[in-house]
Amino acid sequence: MLRNPSILPGACLALMSLSAAAQTGSAGSGTAFNPKISLILVGTYADYGSTAEPDVGGVVLGPETEFKPAGLSLGESELVVESNVDTLFHAKAIIALENEDGETVVAVEEAYADTLTLPAGLSLKFGRFLSDIGYLNRVHAHAWEFVDAPLVYRALLATQLRDDGVQLRWVAPTDLFIEMGAEALRGQGFPAGGDPRDGVNGYTGFLHLGGDVGLGGSWRLGLSHLKADADNRATGEDVTTLFTGDSDVSIADFVFKWAQDGNPANRNLVFNAEYFHRKEDGNLEYDPDLVVPDNQTSTYSGKQDGYYAQLIYQFIPRWRVGVRYDRLTADNAVSNPAAGTSLETLADNSFDPQRMSAMVDFSNSEFSRVRLQYNRDESRPGGEDDDQVFLQYILSLGAHAAHQF
Amino acid sequence: MKAIISLCLLLAAGFVQPATAALKVFACEPDWAALAKELGGNDVETYSATMAQQDVHKIQARPSLIARYRQADLVICTGSELEIGWLPALADKGNNPRVLPGQPGYFEASRYVTMLEVPTRLDRSQGDIHPNGNPHVQTNPRNISPIAQALAERLAELDGAHAADYRQRYEKFSQRWSAALEKWEARAKPLKGVAVVSHHKTWVYLYDWLGIREIARLEPKPAIPPSGAHLEKVLASVKQSPVRMVVYSAYEDPRAAEWLAQRVNIPAVQLPLSVGGAKGADDLFGLYDVTLDRLLNALGGQS
Repeated sequence: MLRNPSILPGACLALMSLSAAAQTGSAGSGTAFNPKISLILVGTYADYGSTAEPDVGGVVLGPETEFKPAGLSLGESELVVESNVDTLFHAKAIIALENEDGETVVAVEEAYADTLTLPAGLSLKFGRFLSDIGYLNRVHAHAWEFVDAPLVYRALLATQLRDDGVQLRWVAPTDLFIEMGAEALRGQGFPAGGDPRDGVNGYTGFLHLGGDVGLGGSWRLGLSHLKADADNRATGEDVTTLFTGDSDVSIADFVFKWAQDGNPANRNLVFNAEYFHRKEDGNLEYDPDLVVPDNQTSTYSGKQDGYYAQLIYQFIPRWRVGVRYDRLTADNAVSNPAAGTSLETLADNSFDPQRMSAMVDFSNSEFSRVRLQYNRDESRPGGEDDDQVFLQYILSLGAHAAHQF
Repeated sequence: MKAIISLCLLLAAGFVQPATAALKVFACEPDWAALAKELGGNDVETYSATMAQQDVHKIQARPSLIARYRQADLVICTGSELEIGWLPALADKGNNPRVLPGQPGYFEASRYVTMLEVPTRLDRSQGDIHPNGNPHVQTNPRNISPIAQALAERLAELDGAHAADYRQRYEKFSQRWSAALEKWEARAKPLKGVAVVSHHKTWVYLYDWLGIREIARLEPKPAIPPSGAHLEKVLASVKQSPVRMVVYSAYEDPRAAEWLAQRVNIPAVQLPLSVGGAKGADDLFGLYDVTLDRLLNALGGQS
């Protein structure tokens, strides 16, 4: 917890003016020498048709998977600082200020360094970072095409896999884009997690291929895998559920972008889809702290499959519309599906959670976006309908961001 | 993990280029690819990341661009933040230390010319402004001369074995360029003092070269698309002080320019902006030939 969060932007403005002065012969924008700094502000109005607990049938949800607060709310305010460190390293930190039960909490979203000079197309990254598995995993929430994460991300990765670790990545010297990488992780990020971690408790590997099709098309295909080790991984808002065992996630992702004449400024189309398969094997304990009290233990062996597919179309400059479909299926064996507990939710294979979303957004410039979104959510156990409406703004102050494909 | 690392290293070793291969040039804009071809001949292999039909401010860091960036020996960009939305993303993913800013493998063309429209006040309420000045430097052919000289020296530095060839090609290019400049400036005399409206603030260097006066722009602020209200304002102002044509570039939606042109009965002129932006603009010489043809045609169409 930071006592005086207002110090941060102040210090950054001072840094920005320093770097402006460091530029030669003209006014600078904080890009020449010292850190590039930007502040992302996000706010949402949310309306839900149902007030039932937002559980998802067939899974035990990880931390930070609750819905956005109903009504008006300020989301995470992210401070992004980025710079070359010296001749060897480049570093980036993303500090988030968020509201949690009326208090402002400071969280280090990402803080990593990567190498500048490794030969042969290699680069090494270390620190805390968003894993490169999947397609959306490394994309920050403010750059998503919808207000909320796809169901597979929320249910199987607790929104995004973020952990402390090391990543080695290699890009092939070929005209076809070929990228391979592997990560060794502390194992704190869901679906790993739990008792004091020693050694490496999460491994990932990924392969990306990509290229162009004709004048206006481009694509990327990805395959990735996460092998995670959980030891009394605790989840749940009020009542805790512990999991000890193995969790394996495999992801296939595909993105295709099209722009008329290859010029996305006027009209463009983005299609992307990801398929997730997760396998978990181990033991569960419900309510170990006797809050309810209703302590239950069970063995658990399960598979969850899910996917989402979305299409975003910019039909005139600044205006985009998008649709998305989400679906999840589970096949879980739970030896003790005690009624009224998370074990019962997990064992519920009776209904496939699904969701349909539509959105329209307006971006006055690269620095501001306003979005209206509607969800028909049927992800709760038993498939209870929930009509959800969101209105969101995303503002970016400071240095110009360079977005990845 | 170990297996993956050794596999990577093995693959990398297998892909290493033979020492005699041509210098791989990655140009951010087609103009610099064309210039590298003039100066490098068969000693370079050029690739242009963008085309004249694209808005260079808004390119995506596509996988194909990362793959090309990864292999480049020399990256030539306009700089002055024109490519700020995508070049850093390529540098981030491309894992190519030879072409990072500050290395000999990174060449920024706008550093060799006198920048115009350098803002004295940086404020995004003024639209998408570039702190180092207007980056569209290639619209004045007089800017090409110092850039060509510096690029020839850079090519010679990177590829010492062919240094003499690069300098020789530069000498030849420089003579042809001086002759062409003389011809263009003689042809362009009638354009001096002509008043125009443009779509985006793309042409400041061209207008500076030819003495054209820009009365208004169709965009209310840089990179903010023309709105109905703003167009009405522009229409009112050109009724007050008449202009001879509306100028827009190959990648811009022509509708706003045509709307205004029809209302005051003047031509809307599409200029190539970059090499490849119009028929005949296949190299740097063609680019300015076509630009002048179109401007002079528009001027001649009314008297």
